[in-house]
Amino acid sequence: MDPNRFTPVDATTWRVEPHGAMRVPAIIYADESLIRDMDDKVYEQAANVAALPGIVQACYVMPDAHWGYGFPIGGVAAFDPDEGGVVSAGGVGFDISCGVRTMPTGLRVADIMPVQRALAESLFGQIPAGVGSKGAITLDAVDMDAMLAGGARWAIERGRGEARDLARIEERGCMAGAEPACVSERAKERQRREMGTLGSGNHYLEVQAVAELFDRAAAKAFGLAVDEVVVTIHCGSRGLGHQIGTEFLKEMVVTAKASGIALPDRELACAPIRSEVGARYLGAMRAAINCALANREILGHYARRVFAHFFPGCDLRLLFDVSHNTCKVESHVVDAKPRELFVHRKGATRAFGPGHESLPEALRAVGQPVLIGGSMGTGSYILVGAASGEQKAFASACHGAGRAMSRHAALKQWSGRKIVDDLAAAGIIIKSPSSRGVAEEAPGAYKDVDAVVAAAEQAGLARRVARLRPLICIKG
Amino acid sequence: MSESAPAVRAKWEHFPHDADVGVRGFGATAAEAFEQAARALTAVVTHAEVRPLEPVGIACEAPDLELLFAEWLNAVIYEMAVRRMLFGRFAVRIAGTQLDATAWGEPVDVARHSPACEPKGATYTALRVAQEQDGSWSAACIVDV
Repeated sequence: MDPNRFTPVDATTWRVEPHGAMRVPAIIYADESLIRDMDDKVYEQAANVAALPGIVQACYVMPDAHWGYGFPIGGVAAFDPDEGGVVSAGGVGFDISCGVRTMPTGLRVADIMPVQRALAESLFGQIPAGVGSKGAITLDAVDMDAMLAGGARWAIERGRGEARDLARIEERGCMAGAEPACVSERAKERQRREMGTLGSGNHYLEVQAVAELFDRAAAKAFGLAVDEVVVTIHCGSRGLGHQIGTEFLKEMVVTAKASGIALPDRELACAPIRSEVGARYLGAMRAAINCALANREILGHYARRVFAHFFPGCDLRLLFDVSHNTCKVESHVVDAKPRELFVHRKGATRAFGPGHESLPEALRAVGQPVLIGGSMGTGSYILVGAASGEQKAFASACHGAGRAMSRHAALKQWSGRKIVDDLAAAGIIIKSPSSRGVAEEAPGAYKDVDAVVAAAEQAGLARRVARLRPLICIKG
Repeated sequence: MSESAPAVRAKWEHFPHDADVGVRGFGATAAEAFEQAARALTAVVTHAEVRPLEPVGIACEAPDLELLFAEWLNAVIYEMAVRRMLFGRFAVRIAGTQLDATAWGEPVDVARHSPACEPKGATYTALRVAQEQDGSWSAACIVDV
């Protein structure tokens, strides 16, 4: 995008003043180079979101933003039900509650290296990944509803997780207000054999090493030390979330018209929060959040099992589990008044600063861990929510490196085989059922994650705590 | 849709999107463009041959032709997911806002198909179904993967 299309506020804050149908400004947090590399569609999509009814303060865009569908990926928008605010199926996206969890292992890189190959093979064998993979769990109708209502708690009750994890999962592992009855039979059918599967595309399980610390006090609170090994899992609500997104998108396109909402883009299909469709979507979407929380808890359990085999007595604790495709009811201060808002984050991570009441005691003084997935080759980051994030973007930060290139273009440029070989030479083992899938996810197809997190920190959204480098990557 | 179909080569293509992928089908009729776009959807997952061994019936409806197109792709995605199948051949019939189709395919064979990624849903972004000046049809949208 041409930076001249924006009003620059400072080096990492760029405003689009309200024009046309926009009710509020759009504010992009990024440095000039990231802005230049973004597609013009990010501008259009942010302006479209800013035109939705009941939007509060601004449509915010994170430094990893790219052209999405409806909302830009990396978009944050809050709506007030008292002002005709809406909930948007397109604003949450298809992979409801897609997110990241990181589990420190207590092991050092030197412990892993002698068994790196065997550990990679074992994780790849134990964790169903990719198209056509089958989970070990088949849910009947009763179990399905229990899972949709219980989230990670359900997984733990079924012996596939640990109770101590709950304090380290958003919503304490169980999203309130989930309504399994609002989830269609088709969505449930799509999930019946999907629990404990990783999925495909940009989803992964990685074994990573802490490469660098930026904030020693926060790192200490998070229990992270240089050279320590962690396991990070990135995935979401699988087929169930995809089907719920699909069905409500279609329904909301029709009902938006009936509610008199002019949609700037059909993909922004939405319904008033206080409407029958809106309530039904929220019930189903929250059930999908529980599905994602349960799924990541089960995948964490599988990782624990494999690590226990290689390193008897090793203890994988959960640092944090946070989603980046959601709509959550949160209290935020707007014009010095606290308001209950429906905050959509699509490809954006909740990033509560120090003192937030929802954080477990051990993290409250320092702030919420913000888990940023990078690409296979370049590494990932752990950030911590900054106090200034509340006022900047309703306590939100980026979610990943963000794609810089289409899958199409990546496929033309790289071969999966060569990427696997090049990364192996750099000490990183990639395991995937699909060589083409690896090429589409090539490290070079992503933005520079270092630049993205530096911009997030400079903008006051979150602070860097640790950089992680990959040792093993299991890709769907 | 004209009675005498123009001489158009049925074909499909992918078009780029930052994170996801665009699918577009071309044909002499809207139905044929829908069939071709579904082939483009399969090609999002695999470039290998998909054998048309088993027929699956698919029916859907939507208020207009563009929404029907997204609904069609979503119905194919659903059958791919719950049956763990890939489809290589499609026959689509459209009557007003109603679509009836048969898709022929086979179970996913990870070794042979080497599936790259799983389509999550057809979006309304870049959604366009249109009859061109020469009478031929195209049908396109972005698919979330």
